[in-house]
Amino acid sequence: MQFDYDILFIGAGPAGYVGAIRSSQLGLKTAVVEGDKLGGVCLNIGCIPSKALIEQANRYSELEELKKLGITFDTAGFDYSKVQGFSRTAADRLSKGVDFLLKKNKVDVLSGMAQLIDKNTLVVNDGEGKELKRVSAFAIVLATGSRPRQISGFEFDEQVVLSSTGILMMKELPKRLIILGAGAIGMEFAYIMSSFGVQVEVVEMLERILPMEDEDVSSALKTVFEKRGVRFYTGMKALSLGRNEAGTLQLSIEPAQGSQQALDAAAKDDSTQNSLEPLILEGDKLLVSTGRSPNTDTLALETLGIKLDRDYVTVHDYYETEAQSIFAVGDIVAGEPQLAHVASAQAELVAERVAYILGKGQNPRRTRIEKQFIPQAVYCEPQVASFGSKEQELRKNGISYKSSAFPFRAIGKAVATGHPEGFVKVLTDPSTGEILGASILGSGATELIHELLLASQNELTVEEIADMIHAHPTLSEGVKEGALSALDRAIHV
Amino acid sequence: MAIPVPMLALSPTMTEGTIAAWKFKEGDEIKRGAVLCEVETDKATMDYEVSSQGTLLKIVVPAGGSVKIGDLIAVIGNPGEDISAILAQASQAAKADQSSKPGNTSEASPGPAPVQQATVSQPQNPSAPAPQPPAPGITPIGLSAPGSVEASRSVSAPMYQSGVAPSSPLARKLAQQAGIDLRQLQGSGPGGRIVKRDIHRYKESLAAGTGPGAGPGTMASRPAVQTGLEERSVSVSRLRQTIARRLGESMREAPHFYLRMAIDMERLINLRNSYNQSRKDAFTISFNAIFMKLAAMAITRHPQINSTWLGDRIQFHSQIDVGLAVALEEGLVAPVVRDCAQKGIEAIELELRDLIARAKEGKLKPDDYEGATFTISNLGAWGVEEFTAIINPPGSAILALGAIRKEAVIQTDAQGLETIVIRPMLRATLSSDHRAIDGAVAAAFMKDLVAFWEDPGRALL
Repeated sequence: MQFDYDILFIGAGPAGYVGAIRSSQLGLKTAVVEGDKLGGVCLNIGCIPSKALIEQANRYSELEELKKLGITFDTAGFDYSKVQGFSRTAADRLSKGVDFLLKKNKVDVLSGMAQLIDKNTLVVNDGEGKELKRVSAFAIVLATGSRPRQISGFEFDEQVVLSSTGILMMKELPKRLIILGAGAIGMEFAYIMSSFGVQVEVVEMLERILPMEDEDVSSALKTVFEKRGVRFYTGMKALSLGRNEAGTLQLSIEPAQGSQQALDAAAKDDSTQNSLEPLILEGDKLLVSTGRSPNTDTLALETLGIKLDRDYVTVHDYYETEAQSIFAVGDIVAGEPQLAHVASAQAELVAERVAYILGKGQNPRRTRIEKQFIPQAVYCEPQVASFGSKEQELRKNGISYKSSAFPFRAIGKAVATGHPEGFVKVLTDPSTGEILGASILGSGATELIHELLLASQNELTVEEIADMIHAHPTLSEGVKEGALSALDRAIHV
Repeated sequence: MAIPVPMLALSPTMTEGTIAAWKFKEGDEIKRGAVLCEVETDKATMDYEVSSQGTLLKIVVPAGGSVKIGDLIAVIGNPGEDISAILAQASQAAKADQSSKPGNTSEASPGPAPVQQATVSQPQNPSAPAPQPPAPGITPIGLSAPGSVEASRSVSAPMYQSGVAPSSPLARKLAQQAGIDLRQLQGSGPGGRIVKRDIHRYKESLAAGTGPGAGPGTMASRPAVQTGLEERSVSVSRLRQTIARRLGESMREAPHFYLRMAIDMERLINLRNSYNQSRKDAFTISFNAIFMKLAAMAITRHPQINSTWLGDRIQFHSQIDVGLAVALEEGLVAPVVRDCAQKGIEAIELELRDLIARAKEGKLKPDDYEGATFTISNLGAWGVEEFTAIINPPGSAILALGAIRKEAVIQTDAQGLETIVIRPMLRATLSSDHRAIDGAVAAAFMKDLVAFWEDPGRALL
């Protein structure tokens, strides 16, 4: 063999470790280089621990429901550090699970930082320049992931100004939390913290919360959160951060340029909250969740001819970079969503491509993953999940579509279990019933979305979903009714 | 790293391609997206753009060579790279492919040696006992592999029993709306399933093939062969869909058996001639009206012929409704004359004329062509000697009539003297549904039918 390995992944997150296992399944000699814990951000300081916090937040919120049964309780002994500890246990256990999986699949784990020497060679060092090992591989896959994006003036100190990592490590609840950015991460922490009684204020520069989701979802979710006491400042951007004499954080915000608020304020001077005057929000801590930056700066990728677009790696078919035999997957890829399941799917595709080139399998069926079929999920309660086209984008592109929605309050199970908030919204091509996109807001949405996604990806139309018998009583009946709505045949409305 | 370059499906219907010309030679540097070669497909000459870059290490299929989709045509990589593994795999695949060809599937089959693929020059070993299965873990190129967005081999879709390829519900709807016969398409979805993009590609290829905008080089059409044939798809009328479905069901579900008899038509011809000549108003009766009447008369003696198989019982009909198959522009239809046994030949003729006229105008109502308990199909006008017909449900039998032709027939007179005579003969073939009609019953019916047609007066007895 010419090289030490057939394929080598830099980074053992949901891209690297999944791609490595797939490679090994295909008979490739495989290694991963990881400088931190196995499982990456997702498993250690992202998806997994935050879901553990959310589960505890759900339980805590449900205490209120128990009051209705005459149950009295005392939260005096509540200790948030135990909640946090629980989330760490879950993350650690799963990280060990990845270690087991990699061993089981005979993937070599090289601990240390990778430094590319040439297209086929890299050095693993201890992070301080000391060379631990030099290895070569037929194909190298960059799967280095991303980190919370830092904005100047709001640098993370992880004590008061927190990134998502900082807030996951936080052991004590603040009284008042300000969140900058109402994307998935911001909304999940708004949910967690408000559930535990923290006063939460959320600032979003765009016109609405969850701007990547359907407009109806954004406004319905906003209403639910506002009822719980969360305050939103949309169309507002953060100007500066200061402190008063008592040490309280003071965040000044103003209408973002071109935002509806700014226009409204210009139109009539008497607007109160949304004036052009900066507004000052006070809080004990600030969570900055305005996006993630790709980890591409320390690899000197450009010296190998790899092209970057604002730090993201430009890729061709099969996620191959400008440098042949070097691939890039996950959060560092330009133009694809930064989601763990996207990273895994990309990495599997690359594994299959390399196996094909080495004569160990079929060419992958796709040259890139299809964006139309990527699910996105937000795990606050009620949950949000969607895929495919959104109404606003179909409207903009002049595509003819039909929008149908079925409310959760008409689903027997949703009412019986006390989750009547939300709806199943399906966008279809009126001439064929093709599912162009779907959004679900409501309990269990992140699970429910997959039936519609499976149908859409495999070109089943709403007729086939409507035709399928769904067990009663289930939340899935809402999916069936959503399909029936698209056919103007909903039963329960 | 060396990258195998397979033949791609450059048109939705293509199953193999012929290299028209190589744009590079071995050793040339190739940029991603460059036109590597021109490929003649079933429709046009297409540019083959590569999705990889590097040095063209090997041209596996020379210009003029023809290979299936998925077969290796070239290898790209770095100069000096070892590509023997890729070539070996391709030859494995070619071998495995041959062994999977129909007619050569049985390992013990002593059939002729498979034709060597153009792709791989490899000495053939005549003493090889059987085609080798592919090595474990190596999936031969060209075997049934799912298609892909771009870089893949498409496989001809496995057909369902009904002759329709697997397709997604959405593809079926789109095809129906566009009037595309799915059997003309190759699926690129999982397992060769026809999906939306196959329909779109097919439509595009139709547009590109007939539109004036086809650019030179890329989509240049092949010189048109002067056959008067053109590839096109035609949307199908409701009527034709119904007929197709019902005939398909009938042929699949009803076990057909066939009885053929030759009928001496001399007396029947004379009868018709004398009737037609006797009319002063130029009204004539057709053979078909007479056939229908006389067939109905024979059926009255054999009620099983006038029955319907219903799975758990046989329905005998009290009325003999005879359908007559009529060829139309958009399909075959069999208008029905009700209660032929009770009607005179003139009445049948009048009804028949009305029905046929309306059929030709496309104005038949379902009532006019549904529910025949017996059907006659007459292709005599085309000179067809004899043929078999598919039973037209709910009937259980159909009579297929050929042309009346003069034939030499041996006749035996009362003294037992045999002479050869020239007689106008018609060959009639009865198709019967064996579930409702037994062979002897059908034979007895045919015997009576022949007797009536040879001597129409006997029908009155």
